[in-house]
Amino acid sequence: MSFTEFEFFSSPGATAGWLTLLVLFLYMAKDPAHMAIRSFSRVLSRGFKLASKGLLPMEQRLALRNREVLLAAGREEKERVMEREFERISSSVKKELADTPSLHREISEVITKLEDDYKLSTDVPPSPPGWINAVDAVAKIPAKDDPVVRDILDDIHESLIKAHNTATDEYRASRKERHQLLKNMLPGWRKMLQVVDVANNNVTSLLERAKVIDRYMDDYEQILNGTDRAVRMLSSSSINQFFISTFVLCIAVGGAMINFHLIARPMAEMVGGNTYIFSTYKVADIAALVIILVEITMGLFLMESLRITRLFPAINALKDHMRVRMVWVTFSILLALATVEAGLAYMRELLMQDQLATSAILRGEAVATIESGFTWITTMAQMGMGFILPFALVFVAIPAETFVSSLRTVLGVLGVGTIRSVSFTLRLFSNAFYFIGNTLVHIYDLFIFAPLWIEKQIKGRSSGLKEVLNEDRRKVDPPELVKEAS
Amino acid sequence: MRQLLKAASVCVVFMILGACSSGDDDAPTGTGHGVYMLVDTSGTYTRELKKAQHIINVTLTKLYPGDSFAVARIDTGSFSEKDIVAKVSFDDRPSMANHQKRLFKEEIDKFVRTVKPASYTDITGGILQAVEYLNEKNPRRKTILIFSDLKEDLEKGYIRNIEFKLRHFSVIALNVTKLNTDNINPQEYLTRVEEWQARVESAGGTWGVINDMDQLADKFLN
Repeated sequence: MSFTEFEFFSSPGATAGWLTLLVLFLYMAKDPAHMAIRSFSRVLSRGFKLASKGLLPMEQRLALRNREVLLAAGREEKERVMEREFERISSSVKKELADTPSLHREISEVITKLEDDYKLSTDVPPSPPGWINAVDAVAKIPAKDDPVVRDILDDIHESLIKAHNTATDEYRASRKERHQLLKNMLPGWRKMLQVVDVANNNVTSLLERAKVIDRYMDDYEQILNGTDRAVRMLSSSSINQFFISTFVLCIAVGGAMINFHLIARPMAEMVGGNTYIFSTYKVADIAALVIILVEITMGLFLMESLRITRLFPAINALKDHMRVRMVWVTFSILLALATVEAGLAYMRELLMQDQLATSAILRGEAVATIESGFTWITTMAQMGMGFILPFALVFVAIPAETFVSSLRTVLGVLGVGTIRSVSFTLRLFSNAFYFIGNTLVHIYDLFIFAPLWIEKQIKGRSSGLKEVLNEDRRKVDPPELVKEAS
Repeated sequence: MRQLLKAASVCVVFMILGACSSGDDDAPTGTGHGVYMLVDTSGTYTRELKKAQHIINVTLTKLYPGDSFAVARIDTGSFSEKDIVAKVSFDDRPSMANHQKRLFKEEIDKFVRTVKPASYTDITGGILQAVEYLNEKNPRRKTILIFSDLKEDLEKGYIRNIEFKLRHFSVIALNVTKLNTDNINPQEYLTRVEEWQARVESAGGTWGVINDMDQLADKFLN
């Protein structure tokens, strides 16, 4: 292109001409362009919408599956708890109500004794002497001045006083005896009260346990019925357990790391300090790790055999005598490993001292060994840790079981959440593309507003102006697309 | 079937990776660290042996089970096993390695007490002997320490214009003291060090000079 040609094409007049031509071209291509834009946006919009809708059944299936798993796990857990509660109540009934016959016998004996004592303590008035009437008759004899009669009467009087005194003494003695009997009844009453209290406590304890079981039964019924409340409760509980068990497992990992450092160095004495696996991992480190993992595994088996955890159905299905044997076997292996670890911890201290002594010699220091009165404390502490940590790691089984069981729920909830988010995003894209298509159509019309205005003016004069406008409006915003977008 | 295909594809990938990485044929395949220290015993440099003794002790503290260590003297003709004063390959067990270190120190102490100055300085022969020793041990890391002023002084008739093969070797010159002539013309010192550096680097090795002994442990032995 020569300079003059370029100048011709780039002059303002030529530019205006080109623009007019372009606008005319765009106006003529209006309908197919609108169709193309709308088709493209509709394809994208519907594609995303379909993808979004496609995710919904997956989400529902996963949510349903989560619900089923949660309810099944909750049911199993409740059954386990109720089983244990029934075992407790059974042992309580066996222990406490087994004493009921003896309690009954005891109460009967106490009551019989009390009755006897009561009968014995009855107040019997002293009977008047039989010869009182005779004395009365003698006293009515008229010859009172007769000395013989007087003597007789005096004798009778004296005898009467004596008899009276004797009767009074006897009566007092018998009263004293009855009082003593009544006093002896007091421990009996106290014992009776204690026995009744014991019986009352036993019955109250049973009633409380019955209330707990009632509560568990209510929860269990709700789980069986699959109510939303039960699902919410189980889900919340599961997520809580997940975080708690994760926290405890982190602590356990810290313990395992300390344990590892205790035995890794002395392990080099046994398997060599310069042997590698895959040129990277020291065999001594791997051996130490394996020992710790074996300890954890033994801990899992021990807890499983004790029926504290239920990770392995095969162990749970074992007969009781086999299970007890397994408890002893795993405990023995753990004890052996703990002893080995204590020995290794001791050896570590010896190696450290040897290393320090060698370094001191190489540095040319006069005292080759570091002697301190406190060395035995660190040695004992290391040995103690070496012995205790394997047993402490046994309890990892409990949070591990909780972690595994709650992880399923947490992953399920996360899965549902992720699918929902993706579905929502796809839906958002679908709507966005729909409206972008409409916007592009309007922007297209903006470039050709002049011919469109002229067209409207021409058509406005015709009788069907309103119909044209309505038709245009329908083209811009087709009702089915609006409906789809909503 | 699908799993079989997956396994086969993984094998193929590993084979390709293996083929790509097998370009370095003489790469060390062993483990541990091999250190060979040449100690100059010529002339007045014998007075520096106390420092060498200290360096040897520091080196011993930084070596671990499975490592190898040898100390050899530089004299008139150093390309000889007879010039190796003490050598040891540390046992895998840390306690035994400690015991070996103590014995090694005793040998070095005895050497320092009884050493006699040599008339000539055959550094090249010493390096050739070091290469031979370390190649035989084949550790993962190979280090040659040269405790010398780097002034080579060969007896008439000794031929030492031999190319080194120092690929995967680190050569570190220690305590490179300045001679009287260096003080008059420092260029002599610089030229001497540069010549050794060029010889080592052209042979594929890495070169370093340490005159501050505290840096030895930090830079090269850790």
